[in-house]
Amino acid sequence: MSAAAPAAAPAAAAAGGSSLGSPSASAIGFFFLFVSITLVITYWAARRTRSTREYFAAGGQLTAAQNGFALAGDYMSAASFLGIAGLVSMSGFDGLIYSVGWLVGWPVITFLIAEPLRNLGRFTFADVLAYRLSQRPVRIAAASGTLTVVIFYLIAQMVGAGGLIHLLFGLSYRTAVLIVGFVMLFYVLFGGMIATTWVQIIKAVLLLLGATLLAGMVLARFGWNPLELFAAARDRYGDAVLAPGKLVASPLEAVSLGIALMFGTAGLPHVLMRFYTVPDAATARRSVAIATGLIGWFYLVTFVLGFGASVLVGRAAIGAVDPGGNMAAPLLAEALGGTGFLGFISAVAFATILAVVAGLTLSGSAALAHDLWNHVVCKGKSPEHEQLRVARLATVVLALMAIGLGMLFEGQNVAFMVGLAFSIAASANFPALLLSMTWSRFTTRGAVASMATGTVASLVLILLSPTVWVGLLHHDAAIVPLKNPGIITVPLSFLVAIVVSLIAPEPDARAAFPGAQRRMLLGPAAELPDQG
Amino acid sequence: MTAHGPGGPPTAATAAPAAVDAATAVAHAEMAAVAARRNRIAAVLTTVMMIGYFGFILLVAFAKPTAGHLLAGGRVSVGIVLGASVIVLAPTLTAIYVRWANRHYDVAVRRLRGGRA
Repeated sequence: MSAAAPAAAPAAAAAGGSSLGSPSASAIGFFFLFVSITLVITYWAARRTRSTREYFAAGGQLTAAQNGFALAGDYMSAASFLGIAGLVSMSGFDGLIYSVGWLVGWPVITFLIAEPLRNLGRFTFADVLAYRLSQRPVRIAAASGTLTVVIFYLIAQMVGAGGLIHLLFGLSYRTAVLIVGFVMLFYVLFGGMIATTWVQIIKAVLLLLGATLLAGMVLARFGWNPLELFAAARDRYGDAVLAPGKLVASPLEAVSLGIALMFGTAGLPHVLMRFYTVPDAATARRSVAIATGLIGWFYLVTFVLGFGASVLVGRAAIGAVDPGGNMAAPLLAEALGGTGFLGFISAVAFATILAVVAGLTLSGSAALAHDLWNHVVCKGKSPEHEQLRVARLATVVLALMAIGLGMLFEGQNVAFMVGLAFSIAASANFPALLLSMTWSRFTTRGAVASMATGTVASLVLILLSPTVWVGLLHHDAAIVPLKNPGIITVPLSFLVAIVVSLIAPEPDARAAFPGAQRRMLLGPAAELPDQG
Repeated sequence: MTAHGPGGPPTAATAAPAAVDAATAVAHAEMAAVAARRNRIAAVLTTVMMIGYFGFILLVAFAKPTAGHLLAGGRVSVGIVLGASVIVLAPTLTAIYVRWANRHYDVAVRRLRGGRA
C-alpha cells in the first residue's frame, strides 16, 4: 500500500523536537505583520467612520464577495480550525459530525433569513421585530438575547484564545488575553464595522489559504487521493477511525445538538448584523452563498488536516502537546513545512481569534447603543453623534468585560459556553425572528415571552445538564440528561410564541403585516403608495 | 417555474381613482404571488437540507455499523461519504437558490417595483 512510506515519516516530528510553544522568529514576524497591516486599515477605516451607519454597517456599501469573505471570517473560529482538526486527528470520523453541524445553519440563513432581514432592518435583528411590534419590549428582549449570546461566546473565545496562544507562542495566559482584548478593542473602537470587516476578510483569506496549502501538502504525499490518506489512517489505528465512535452517545443527544447548531447559526447576532453591510437583499443573498461555499470548503479541508495529522504526526505526539488534540494542525504544519510554516499557521490562528471577537463585540455594542440606548432609553431620538459616543463607550465596556471574564475563567472548562450561546441563539433569537417575518398574528407579547423562555430554558437546562451539573458542579447525576437542550428549548420557544400570540391578539401588529411583507419583498427603497 | 405571475404589468399610470384601486389590488395579488413563490422554494430547500443533515445524524446515531461500513476496498466508510456529501449539499442548495433568485425572483421584484414607481 502506497501509504506505508509516509506513515513512517512522522518520527522526526514526534520525537519532541517541535518548536511549538517557544516564540519563533517567523511566528512573531507574521503576527506583527498581521497586526501592523490591520492597524493601518483601522486608521484608514477610522477616518471613514463618522455616522452610526458607517460604524455598525460599513455604510452598507460592501460587495457580495467582500461580505461573503467577512461572514466566513466572522464565523470560522480558532475552535473550529484547531478544535475540529484536533478532534479528527484523535478520533477520526467523529470530527466530521461537528463539521457538518457547524455548516448546515448557513443554507437556513440563506433561504429564510438574509433577504427579509436586510430589507426590514438597519443594524440589529431587533430592528426586524420592532418593525411591526412594540419597539421597547421587543428591543429589550432582543438586546438581552443578543448580549447573553455575545457574552458567553466571548468568554469561550477569550479563554480558548488564552490557552491556544499559550500553547502556540509560549506567552502567559493573561498576556494572551490582554493582547487579544486590546488589539480587538482598537479595531472596533476606532474602525467600527469597516475595520472589523477588513480584519475578517484578511483573516478568512489567510485561514483558507493556510489550511488549503497544508491540506495540499498532506494530499501530495498520498497521490492526491484522500482515500489513500484514509486507508493509511485505518492501517495505523484500525477500522474504528472511519466509523462513528463515542461522540454520539445517544440519538436524542445528537438530534438536540443538531437542532441547536442548525438554527443557532441563524440566530447569531454577529452573523445577522453582517447582512446590513451590503446595499440590498440581492447582494445579501449572494454574499451568504459565497460564505456557505467558503465555510463548506474549510470544513472539508479541516477533515483532511485532521487525518493528515493523525497519520503524519501521530496521535501520541499530538496528545503529548495537548491532550485535547488542539495542536494537531500546527504540529502538522511544522512536520510538513518547517518552523516557518508553523509560524504562519500560528499567526493565522491568532488572527482568527481577533476577527471573531471583534465581530462579537461590535454586535454587542449595536445592541446596547442602537437598541437599548437610542430606541428604548431615548425613544429613537438620540442624536447621531451621541449614538456614536454611546456605541464606542459600549465597545470599551464590552472589551474590558471580555478581558476580565477571560481572566476570571482561566483554566475553567468553558467549552459548554459555545453550546450555550448556540442554544440561546436557536431558541431565543431564531423563533422570534422567523415568526416576525412570516406570521401575521405574531404579537409583541408572543415575541417577548418566546425570547424570555428560550433564554431562561437554555440557561436552566444547561445548568442541570451533565456538562455543568456533573462536570463542573460535581453532583452525582445530571437532572437533565441532555448536554445540549435544543430539542426541548427550540420547540418550547416556538410553542410559547404561538400560544401567547393566539391568546392575546394584537390588531395593530397584524394590520402592519402587509406593509412589512411589501418591504421584505421590495426593500426599503420602494416608495409605494399606501392604500387602506 | 420560469413564468411570472398572471396578468401583465399594472397599468395605473393615468387612471381614474377607481382604476387606481383596481390596479393596486392587481399589484398586491402579484406581490403576494411573488412572495408565496419565494417562500415555497425557501421551504422546500430548507426541508431538503434538514432531511440531509438529520438523516446523516440519525444514521450515525442509530445505525453505527452501517455508517462504519467500509467501501472502495476499505479505504473509506459510508459515514465519511455521506458526511462529505452533506457538506457539499449545503453550498449546492445555496447555489441553486441564488441562481433561481437572481434569474426569476429579482426580475419579478424589479417588475413590481417598476410597475409602481
